[in-house]
Amino acid sequence: MSGKVMTMAEAIDRFVPDGATVALGTALEPLIPFAAGHELIRQGRRDLELVGPISDALFDQLIGAGCVRRITAAWVGNVSEGLGHCYRRAAEDRVPHSIEVHDHTNFSISIALWAAAWNVPSLPARTLLGSGLLDTNPNLKVAAGLVHINAVRPDVALVHVQRADAMGRAHAWGPLGISEEAGLAAQHIVLTCEELVDESVTLSDPNRILFPETKVVAIVHEPGGAHPSPVQGYFKRDHAFFRDYAKESRTADGFLAWLEQWVLGVPDRAAYMKQIDVEALRVKGSALSSPANFADE
Amino acid sequence: MSEGAANYSPQELMVAVAAREIRDHDLVFVGMRLPILAYAVARNNHAPNARGLFEVGLMRDRPAESYLGTMGDPPNVVGALWATRMSNVMALMAQGLVDLGFIGGAEVDRFGNLNTSYVGDPSKPEVKLPGSGGGADIAILSRRWVTLMNHERRRLVDRVSFVTSPGYGDGTPGWRKKNGLLGAGPAAIVTTMCVFRFPEGGGEAYLDSIHPGHSLDEVRANTGWPVDASEDVKETAAPTQAELEVIRKVQS
Repeated sequence: MSGKVMTMAEAIDRFVPDGATVALGTALEPLIPFAAGHELIRQGRRDLELVGPISDALFDQLIGAGCVRRITAAWVGNVSEGLGHCYRRAAEDRVPHSIEVHDHTNFSISIALWAAAWNVPSLPARTLLGSGLLDTNPNLKVAAGLVHINAVRPDVALVHVQRADAMGRAHAWGPLGISEEAGLAAQHIVLTCEELVDESVTLSDPNRILFPETKVVAIVHEPGGAHPSPVQGYFKRDHAFFRDYAKESRTADGFLAWLEQWVLGVPDRAAYMKQIDVEALRVKGSALSSPANFADE
Repeated sequence: MSEGAANYSPQELMVAVAAREIRDHDLVFVGMRLPILAYAVARNNHAPNARGLFEVGLMRDRPAESYLGTMGDPPNVVGALWATRMSNVMALMAQGLVDLGFIGGAEVDRFGNLNTSYVGDPSKPEVKLPGSGGGADIAILSRRWVTLMNHERRRLVDRVSFVTSPGYGDGTPGWRKKNGLLGAGPAAIVTTMCVFRFPEGGGEAYLDSIHPGHSLDEVRANTGWPVDASEDVKETAAPTQAELEVIRKVQS
């Protein structure tokens, strides 16, 4: 067993300091690292810059809990329900405090992360021309008919995957969103996984390994760590949970009550999972891919 | 097209109209909710060879067989033709290979510009909307696009307060070309009352058809710009029975 496997509390304590730039929710709607985000809240992290594409309710929760200084993202809200009420309160009424917003598009945040991954200050693109985002985000500049998108370098990427081994070789499947560029761009990667598996599983299919293991600093075995977002092959999306969150977070007091029930009032993910009907959400079917032959002779 | 059906909702009509924008063999940036239904209608009826792209990183031919809350839900992955990273899907759009996109928005203006970012001053907004997502990317890079919107005066405004996803900019002819935008721009605004289209090369939206049961006066009263239309503007074709059957089957 490598020294990389640890509890969520230890991983967040060691690798996500106050003021960090954190990429999360990089697969868009699935595989959102809600458990890791909730631990950030429990540990009272402050002044974070959150980096993401279309970013579902976890961004809204971190903003409402007062953890966030800046948003660098394409979209923040509640994907199936609409607006993010905490995001609105912060941007409109400075509740719990004001936040800075660096608006991106899905494509431009991907490019900003690829720029960091390739260690260049910026990359040019054909998107964003004619958009007002050029006026509100200081990291976008037009030159010679292209938009130059400054690199975004996360200190850490928090990524939930289906399975990983103790060295940090992660297998993820389904759509990947901007996970690969976020991981490559980040200084460190913290993995959370449904299953902690032997390396004979991960190394049987090296094409499916998401990140270089050398960037992975922590692996947390956290079944259900993406709830209420879906995990292909493991958990369905808990639509009702998103709907209830939208309702309860409509007022600041309602949000704080929600936070107490689901985050501050529970010590860890295992306790959280006892409050939901896990079996109703668990994927029970089997649709296995065909094995690929990696033999060399 | 067969005879229109008698009973349908405004949303079902919008879906049917949107579906008719999809041509066979089109590569379509689908999005969620009504556009997914439109894609399903087109695939089942007149565009069996269309392909759908989802920015999360998916390509499909058949629409998903179970309810989707988001494009990344597991039923959208089952039967996918390609599960990949977002930048690969965006690459197709950057090459001008995406024929049609659908974009939603809080506000659209007479030049087809969409706002999904800020109502009021961005530094102290009255309403902070969720943002672009992939909307601006689609508006700039797809060959043509369509927006679907509830027809309300606060949504169809003279000029949007913030341009998240550019249509025809300030409305001067050739604005998109001059500013280097790859795609041709919005093809239509489909509302709960009517369909607006745009002149070749861009400019101001004109009324193309009014949905059955609505009038020009009603459209004018609920639109934030003086609507350009002739008095004998045509009526939108009602959804056919075949279109409705697909919509209701996918929704159930």
